[in-house]
Amino acid sequence: MTAHRQIQIDEKRNDEKRIKELLQQALPPIASHAEPVRDLWPDVQRRLDAAPAPARALPRSLPQKLPWFDWALIAGLIVFAVAFPATIPVFLYYL
Amino acid sequence: MPEPPSSVPSSSVLDRFRRGDPDAFEALFREHQGAVYGWILRIVRDTAAAEDLTVESFLRMHRACARFDPARSFAPWARRVATRIALDWLRVRPSECEFDDEYAAALPASPVADPGVVAEIRLKTAQAFARLPPRLRIAAVLSLVEEEPHKDIAAALGISVTAAKLRVFRAVRLLRKDLERQGITP
Repeated sequence: MTAHRQIQIDEKRNDEKRIKELLQQALPPIASHAEPVRDLWPDVQRRLDAAPAPARALPRSLPQKLPWFDWALIAGLIVFAVAFPATIPVFLYYL
Repeated sequence: MPEPPSSVPSSSVLDRFRRGDPDAFEALFREHQGAVYGWILRIVRDTAAAEDLTVESFLRMHRACARFDPARSFAPWARRVATRIALDWLRVRPSECEFDDEYAAALPASPVADPGVVAEIRLKTAQAFARLPPRLRIAAVLSLVEEEPHKDIAAALGISVTAAKLRVFRAVRLLRKDLERQGITP
């Protein structure tokens, strides 16, 4: 059983090695120092000038954005607390 | 993949970038454009597209600057944004037009090529690669062609290392099947 498993692993490795060789011949690796032939900053600047400014960062103390289901959960808890005020101490106990 | 720039941007630059400071954004662009372009080029393998997508990636980063955490490194975040943009590009581009006879003719003689591998096999391999689903293509090209570590691929794709390995494994299996259908036994 172990030998069979080892054969399977070896086959998988050889398979990957052969496919890797074929791929590297079909798609030669890109040189590690590939750089754009021109400065791309003017393109970025042009696009920035055409687009509205990004949203400014909020102070870290404020939540940046709450998903709608969080608001739904908060609303549900408030409704529940109003309908069954006797459960509030129980909730507080378990918090 | 060239290593991310060795000079780590100071936290003040990152903090100013997060607040939308244009000078900080330009400084980060100047420092990282080469690495981002190189990473995208490895995925899309088209210089003109890589330039456009590099610009698009930095615009996306600029729009999302408020969500950037200055306590973390900029390079991995930039690489992840660039990978997402490149993946979107692969999804909308028809893969059939990428590798044709013209492509095969333009291929340089590979130093690792064994003499038995003819241009037709290389072309069929490239076409089989182009037929892979984009998310498997990215994993395959980065791992098998560019020999990037699984850890870096996983970080760029926002998935676990195991998931990255699985994508490479699935890509190899699909490629083998496709090549066998075309009469090539890897």
